[in-house]
Amino acid sequence: MSAVLRFRNVTLGYDRHPAVHHLDGEVEAGALLAVVGPNGAGKSTLFRGIVGLLKPLAGAIGIAGLAMRDIAFLPQSADLDRSFPISVFDFVGTGLWHHSGMFGRIGRAGQDRIRQALTAVGLSGFERRAIGTLSGGQMQRMLFARVALQDARLIVLDEPFNAVDAKTSSDLLALVKRWHAEGRTVLAALHDMDLVRVHFPETLLLARGAVAWGDTAAVLTPDNLTAARHMCEAFDDAAAACVADAAARAA
Amino acid sequence: MIYDVLVGPFLEFEFMRRAWIGVLALALSGAPIGVFLMLRRMSLVGDAMAHAILPGAAIGFLISGLNLFAMTFGGLIAGFVVAALSGLVARNTELKEDASLATFYLVSLALGVTIVSMRGTNIDLLHVLFGNILALDNRTLMVIAFNATITLLVLAIIYRPLVIECVDPVFLRTVSRAGAPTHLAFMALVVINLVNGFHALGTLLAVGLMILPAGIARFWSRDITGMIAIAVFAAALSGYAGLVLSFHAGMPSGPAIILVAALLYIASVLFGSAGGLLRQWFPGRHLEA
Repeated sequence: MSAVLRFRNVTLGYDRHPAVHHLDGEVEAGALLAVVGPNGAGKSTLFRGIVGLLKPLAGAIGIAGLAMRDIAFLPQSADLDRSFPISVFDFVGTGLWHHSGMFGRIGRAGQDRIRQALTAVGLSGFERRAIGTLSGGQMQRMLFARVALQDARLIVLDEPFNAVDAKTSSDLLALVKRWHAEGRTVLAALHDMDLVRVHFPETLLLARGAVAWGDTAAVLTPDNLTAARHMCEAFDDAAAACVADAAARAA
Repeated sequence: MIYDVLVGPFLEFEFMRRAWIGVLALALSGAPIGVFLMLRRMSLVGDAMAHAILPGAAIGFLISGLNLFAMTFGGLIAGFVVAALSGLVARNTELKEDASLATFYLVSLALGVTIVSMRGTNIDLLHVLFGNILALDNRTLMVIAFNATITLLVLAIIYRPLVIECVDPVFLRTVSRAGAPTHLAFMALVVINLVNGFHALGTLLAVGLMILPAGIARFWSRDITGMIAIAVFAAALSGYAGLVLSFHAGMPSGPAIILVAALLYIASVLFGSAGGLLRQWFPGRHLEA
């Protein structure tokens, strides 16, 4: 097994303020990794760094051999314009971007794939509905259908089960496990520790830095969780420039 | 009788035929742009841009007269300068984008009116502010048609990323780098169409034939494709009816076109099948599922 993702002393943040601080580590190809941690721990920031929406302030994120088309991202409560007049079918169809590009026709095969993806998330019959008419759970199912259609080797899900009911989250979890079984690498930011313990073999406990990373059982210990809870959320404009960073640069 | 009223003027007068062709070209290219402006919540940005491009178009106009190429080029430059400057101020200071755009377009408008009135005549100023669709010559008509063709071609090229950028900009950024160029190309199309509308409707009303049809279309369709088709139809209909109205009632043609569009708009707000007021007041009995 080789690593698809390599974090080398990576620091990510906004306006020079770090949100993820000096993270080192690797994600193996085919891993099913849960990223847990309190609000503000830097989970979303880390994901935005991985999918290329955010440049690291320092260090590097290596995505060995992965191109843009190999990465699918499900953002948190996606920045969707729900009032935009587009049907569920067309919206999910945008997941075929890497197939069709700017001009390519979405042929019969493509249309079949869109229908299959909608069936897989339990949304068949919703093809012609405007996206603005979907409920929160249906919206999440639709976004999962698009991720499925992207057929990516690395799938990054930011809090995929937030604000969805038990039935929806168990349906969507089944889909996540299928992607894992197909050999894809899946990262998911989660808050439900019980769900993580049962379904995710590997966990990164994040609190700006990595508190622990490895086998889920070994990571989610009471001590580690307490340590993560005491994470410092300081955001100090007068803070000095990072010493560790300067030392790393000098070395 | 009806034939005389509705078709007669166009058979009889060449300037009416030119005006009709011109307004048709404006409808074909301007209305789709208007739909996207509306969906991106940029309706008033379009209006601000119409004023912002005035000095550029005015300088082009003064250098080479009523040459649409010079005016388009000048307008493009002025439009991008204003967009870039207001973006710069918004990003680097506490001022929000809309406030800084408002500042710059007002400065730009003042500058434009000053340039035209110092160097040109009052007729020129009236022409730039209110346009005169009844005075389109062959060359101007060709340029309007050319700009419309370019608009439709570019729109066809950027259509997919443009739609995705409207619905889900984050997704577009994760799958492609087409986002920024698409946005720029779209803004260029906005400017081109505003300059195009100058001649027919003037800088004050140029955006009208883009935004009103879009507003109309919103009340008749819930699908972007249908919306664009309806907007084009509404714009063409307003143009035609406005010309007929201005011919028989002796009204200025630009305002007549916009007023007809406004009537269609009111009718759509009331009777529109997609969210019109009547539908809301008398929705009928609710369904089983």
